[in-house]
Amino acid sequence: MISADLSIVLPEVLLALYAMAALLIAVYTSKDGMASLLTWTTAGVFVLLAVWMMINGSGTQEAFGGMFINDGFARFSKIVILLSAAAILLMSEGYMQQRGLLKFEYPILLALAVVGMLVMVSAGDLMALYMGLELQSLALYVVASLRRDSVKSTEAGLKYFVLGALSSGLLLYGASLTYGFAGTTLFSGIIEATSDDPSLGLLFGVVFLIAGFAFKVSAAPFHMWTPDVYEGSPTPVTAFFATAPKVAAMALFARVVHDAFGGIVSDWQQIVAFLSVVSMFLGGIAAIGQTNIKRLMAYSSITHMGFALMGLAAGTAFGVQAMLIYMAIYVTMNVGTFAFILAMGRDGQVVTDINSLKMYSKNQPARALAMLILMFSLAGVPPLVGFFGKFYVLRAAYDGGLAWLAVAGVVASVISAFYYLRIVYFMYFGDETEGALDSKMSPVLWAFLMGSAAAMVFGVFNLFGIEPAAAAAAATLVN
Amino acid sequence: MIGLEHYLAVAAALFVIGIFGLFLNRKNVIILLMSIELMLLAVNINLVAFSSFLGDLVGQVFTLFVLTVAAAEAAIGLAILVCFFRNRGTIDVEDVNVMKG
Repeated sequence: MISADLSIVLPEVLLALYAMAALLIAVYTSKDGMASLLTWTTAGVFVLLAVWMMINGSGTQEAFGGMFINDGFARFSKIVILLSAAAILLMSEGYMQQRGLLKFEYPILLALAVVGMLVMVSAGDLMALYMGLELQSLALYVVASLRRDSVKSTEAGLKYFVLGALSSGLLLYGASLTYGFAGTTLFSGIIEATSDDPSLGLLFGVVFLIAGFAFKVSAAPFHMWTPDVYEGSPTPVTAFFATAPKVAAMALFARVVHDAFGGIVSDWQQIVAFLSVVSMFLGGIAAIGQTNIKRLMAYSSITHMGFALMGLAAGTAFGVQAMLIYMAIYVTMNVGTFAFILAMGRDGQVVTDINSLKMYSKNQPARALAMLILMFSLAGVPPLVGFFGKFYVLRAAYDGGLAWLAVAGVVASVISAFYYLRIVYFMYFGDETEGALDSKMSPVLWAFLMGSAAAMVFGVFNLFGIEPAAAAAAATLVN
Repeated sequence: MIGLEHYLAVAAALFVIGIFGLFLNRKNVIILLMSIELMLLAVNINLVAFSSFLGDLVGQVFTLFVLTVAAAEAAIGLAILVCFFRNRGTIDVEDVNVMKG
């Protein structure tokens, strides 16, 4: 019995053991001297686990009495999480090495955060959900304040900690109400309790749970931490925040609303639709005045979360499929964009002002073109891949009977196109004011930037086959 | 007779006090940590009360997990706060404003 359970959670257990072993080895040997090696091996372990899940994945297995569910939905999300985390680790190595930031704790903390995310997306019980979420959050609070001699970074960590703890508190209060009124913490039990007219306590529970998730995915009106944390954290950490944790939180959101509250779709649908529309507009409008590219990416991620929530608000299997496709595309675009941002610098100093990009295309035509493709794709300009992500969620919302939400999404996407296009405008038509940015870019960053931009162009043929995979994943969650 | 609703009322009151403590407090970051702790403890009261009235042990197991995580959370919060104090020389909430958002 126990060995069967353990074999289902084997990837998570192995990753946790790897992180602890790496911590011990690094502490007892050369400490930060091993940081570079650990970064590469951790990224390798992530990729291996992702490949393992791709090969080994079939069917739905439950472990520990339904507390841990390994189904197609979990596997799809886990593969996206692991691959994006590996990409970010590879991109951070050079940047952090150069600035003396590469500490051996960094890859280990990311590995632990990823363990938390894997547990989150597989959670079949409120306790497993909470433990996974906290393991992820606690590791991320520390990573945000990684540059511990900088006021900005520690302030980012402090803000993230206080608001993150508040969101965990809200989520936990929701979990306690759900437990009390459903009589169980298992999702399979909660869905039975909600099948006939749910009690007021359960409705309060689901509202608090959704508020907690909205904090974690940084959906407005629970987004206030995002711009500051993105700006203050070291750039590779910002890149990480914008990718894997977002996918994990969004997958968890979908898991809870469908697995545990799938019987009362019409009750939570309005809340999710509200979060979606507020995030899209707030993210689009607030980003217009930003000149710091990291803050701009923070508002951009708020807008994108609004779009992903639109798929979820549809409350159908197609909606979940659209959400998964959207998140996979969003992560790919963000990896490329952050590869570009990581290479921005003048005389070795980090530059984050978008005004410094003026006439970038003259010195670096290839990179400017890649960034142009990524910006167009983020804005959702056809025929790039980003457009298809938006197309899926809009169709899901329309099919789900939320035509007004789809219309609002189109309007918001036009508004948010403005600030992406402004970057492109600066790169191609801006007037040259100050010295040019450094032309140095490490081969790893270059490869990720070009690879991501190429994916945005060549993915239009079949989206690299993620569409049927996402459909199969969504079918295991919603039935 | 003290019933379930009394426990729930106390827990709800503590939870709301915790949230207000987070938002209304303009003085000291330590008070924020205390407010967070208060919120988590309110949840624990909820869980134990439900567990007792449902005759189901799961709630108490959940409480133990929450307690453990709360301890870890406080440790990390204080560690970040110490780093912040070293850089900034103050822990007033009003001074956590290098970036405004």
